[in-house]
Amino acid sequence: MKQVFRNIDKYYAGSVELVPEEPEDMWHAYNLVAVGDTLRSTTIRKVQTESATGSVSVNKVRTTLCIQVETIDFDTQGCVLRVKGRNIQENQYVKMGAYHTLDLELNRKFALGKHEWDSVALDRIDMACDPTQHADLAAVIMQEGLAHVCLITPNMTLLRAKIETTIPRKRKGMCAQHDKGLTKFYDQIIQAVLRHVNFDIVKCVLIASPGFVKDQFAEYMFTMAVKMDWKILTDNKSKFVLVHSSSGFKHSLKDNKSKFVLVHSSSGFKHSLKEVLQDPSLAPKLADTKALTEVKALDEFYQMLMNDADRASYGVKHVEKAVDLQAVEILLISDELFRAQDVQKRKRYIKIVDGVKENGGEVRIFSSLHVSGEQLGQLSGVAAILRFPIHDDDDDSEEEG
Amino acid sequence: MKHIKRSCNIMNEIIPFDFTTPSPDDIVRSKQKAAFTRTAFATAPPTVILKVPPKGRQSSKSPEKTINSNDQATNSQLNSDKSESLQKSQTLSNNVKTSLNIDSDKGRIVASNSEDSNLRTGKSDLKTDSGVLTVKSDSKVDTLKLESKTDSFLTPKKDPSLGAIPRSASKAKLLLDPAKMKEEYDKRLAEKDQLNMVVIGHVDAGKSTLMGHLLYQLGEINQRIMHKYEQESKKLGKGSFAFAWVLDETEEERARGVTMDIAQSRFETPKKVITLLDAPGHKDFIPNMITGTAQADVAILVVNATKGEFETGFELGGQTREHAILARSLGVTQLIVAVNKMDTIDWLETRYNDITKKLGQFLKQVGYKENDISFIPCSGLSGVNLTGRIPEPKLESWYKGSTLEEQIDKFKVVTRSIDKPFRLCVGDIFKGMGSGFSVTGRIVTGSVQPGDRLLVLPSGDSVAVKGLAINDVSYPCAFAGDHVTVTITGMDMNNIHVGSMLCDPTSPLKSATRIKAKIVLFNVEIPITKGFMVVFHYQSITEPAVIKRLNSQLNKSTGEVIKNKPKCLVKNMSAVVELEFDRPICLELYKDYKDLGRFMLRYSGHTIAAGLVEEVLKSKSKTDEGVSSSG
Repeated sequence: MKQVFRNIDKYYAGSVELVPEEPEDMWHAYNLVAVGDTLRSTTIRKVQTESATGSVSVNKVRTTLCIQVETIDFDTQGCVLRVKGRNIQENQYVKMGAYHTLDLELNRKFALGKHEWDSVALDRIDMACDPTQHADLAAVIMQEGLAHVCLITPNMTLLRAKIETTIPRKRKGMCAQHDKGLTKFYDQIIQAVLRHVNFDIVKCVLIASPGFVKDQFAEYMFTMAVKMDWKILTDNKSKFVLVHSSSGFKHSLKDNKSKFVLVHSSSGFKHSLKEVLQDPSLAPKLADTKALTEVKALDEFYQMLMNDADRASYGVKHVEKAVDLQAVEILLISDELFRAQDVQKRKRYIKIVDGVKENGGEVRIFSSLHVSGEQLGQLSGVAAILRFPIHDDDDDSEEEG
Repeated sequence: MKHIKRSCNIMNEIIPFDFTTPSPDDIVRSKQKAAFTRTAFATAPPTVILKVPPKGRQSSKSPEKTINSNDQATNSQLNSDKSESLQKSQTLSNNVKTSLNIDSDKGRIVASNSEDSNLRTGKSDLKTDSGVLTVKSDSKVDTLKLESKTDSFLTPKKDPSLGAIPRSASKAKLLLDPAKMKEEYDKRLAEKDQLNMVVIGHVDAGKSTLMGHLLYQLGEINQRIMHKYEQESKKLGKGSFAFAWVLDETEEERARGVTMDIAQSRFETPKKVITLLDAPGHKDFIPNMITGTAQADVAILVVNATKGEFETGFELGGQTREHAILARSLGVTQLIVAVNKMDTIDWLETRYNDITKKLGQFLKQVGYKENDISFIPCSGLSGVNLTGRIPEPKLESWYKGSTLEEQIDKFKVVTRSIDKPFRLCVGDIFKGMGSGFSVTGRIVTGSVQPGDRLLVLPSGDSVAVKGLAINDVSYPCAFAGDHVTVTITGMDMNNIHVGSMLCDPTSPLKSATRIKAKIVLFNVEIPITKGFMVVFHYQSITEPAVIKRLNSQLNKSTGEVIKNKPKCLVKNMSAVVELEFDRPICLELYKDYKDLGRFMLRYSGHTIAAGLVEEVLKSKSKTDEGVSSSG
């Protein structure tokens, strides 16, 4: 994302002009735009003109419109942000108050005006404009009969394909069907990888599974790649990463150890991506990806809950109480909370964040698209590791997660 | 006939052709005709032999008589005629069959089936002997029901001229009434007891080898195949895996020397028929092991007696421990501990005692009753103390107990609920021979027979049962506890998944996306909070689930509520929680169906809790998923 200009006054009102450069930026934009904001961008609008004789002609016109936001939609698959609202600046084509839906496009600048830019929003702009944070990777998480092909960007985990097939079990003297089923399953995964993974961007591809499925799959994929002459796979062979954590697996990989990292995961479900990212052998590859730090932070929280339950708290009320007591050391908060339609609610969360920052605490904003963020979201969206134990006995009314 | 004539000419030997005996062509033709004509049995005169409709066609319309002593009499009469009729290359297949049906349990009729079909080829010749004929038709009416049942389940490879019979048989609904089913079941009970036995234990404890060798010694595996395995495994430099190859059949398993999925086999002991489930020991394959154990009544826990090996399996995180706990939580109460690889420690009695003491204590802690546990020292590789054929002086000097086979024979009989509505959890789906496709699984409750209509959940399709097979042998009906292959038609194979349920359409299972359950936590490393994502293992289902709510923490022994809405749950706690799934899962409450109410929760490769389904709740997911954009 590029920032073209920023004009924010001392009351934190004003506007910012940004140019999204990659799909990830759309996600940032989605998190910035709130109901009630003004958004200006170029767009195409169908305009009806009536000539003097009464004949009607419809033209598509490219024009710049400024709308007041009413609804916001984000499509994770296509990374498209669609904002609907009423026109607030009349021009020759569009009347004041007419409805229009803006599709934000890549490399086309848009200006966003808010009555109040809060700290979280400003931080997000800074983060989005920071070019250093890039580590795109793809991951195939699989178990027999189930595979997820995901793309992991700093702020998003996008599920690109979910493959689920029934593979007949081995039966006495009838292994042929099992093998056939397995090959079919692998073929489907390969197709998904070819279709969804852009090897120009992706740094590495993780292949993770329990047991031997990953080895078998990797082997099958590369023999097929050679056979079918899929250049894209053979050329990018070094990008495939298969990590091993259990020692028992190493023997099969001796010959191409340098090229592969196989990751061990306990199941083929999406949430086991969390364990995959924690794998120590992956750490240098992932460096400081946001996905990884989030996983670590959540893990820390759980450790604390285990060791000293009073030094960890979750749920808005409890955390608020802890903030009041200046007890929060690390705050974990999901970004979906800031997308709240209700301004009051958003303010409440902003207050928590600002409170923690004032007291020298650390704030980690989780992306709700990551697996760890998803889990935090289930855990009411906000959790905190405390400096000192706070005992809260009377936990009654808590909103449902 | 042309052929016969021509050959006669060539040979210049004129033998007058005997037109009284029908040629093979005639027989085939008449059979076909009979098979394809739709004349109901009732209208066809029973004495016209060439038009005797196939037995399968004789529908339940015909009067239903019970087998009486009268019939027995006709049988004996038939038997006396038998020698005579056989001379004329006639067969009294019906005769043979009838007596079989009367005398023996239908389930056990299998052995005679092949003989039966051989005999049947010349059946139409019966016209020459009218005496036999009438008797035949009589007995046929009497035993009609049973007979047509057995007939329709011949395996497809049988006599091609009879191919039409099984097909038409399944169309006619020949359902036994409940009383008959009960009778069938009683017959079954009079025979050997059926038991499902799972073999569990730490990886490389020698589970597959032990069982492979046991099967070999019991004569289930023939010498030639065993020899082949020995040669091939030696070639790969894994001579010691030869017996494991009996159960590990995929290439991958053999190459790696690790069991990966449940292998199923069957053997008999003097008093029992055992369905053997060989579970994988590697910790990555515990989901498969859970699937297998959920289907078992009893278990053999194999431990490796080798120095250091027993300890690794037994210490925290070892599968000896985890498997034993899992089996107990999944409802296995009787356990044999096979102390394996005793040959590697020179059959030391002290070591054996040491292991039994340690394990005995642990197993009691886990919840096994002391008199339901037994210990057997043995060696899977050398085959000592499996069935007792290989003498081992070092063992005999101090061990006087029973062999593994004898001990298996001593398992107590498990009572099964055959009166409850039918439930079968699909463990595997494959394309079989003939129409439709086959699913396998264990019947949890109730009974089933071909012709039944069943409901498949959660897809909601209605299917017809075409055939039943237990261990590749056709059966006329199957009961709770049987591992059965059901051939079904009426739905698309893609709509049924592992974990789907087949059930009685009149009382379907409950379908839930959110349940309330009582769980007992194991030794977990991190606490469980709400929002915890776990993997839910239930029968053969493996589904991701989220713990949506911690309702209350319970006292482990009394079940009293200690605290409402606890913040988190730590190890060894007992609690009531709410779980939510992404898509509907079919399950039953623990209080209604014990076997179907149990589940396990796993997280990141560890089993964290065992649970019981208490209540099916309405899903509230819509309200809280509105915010997440990923939806």
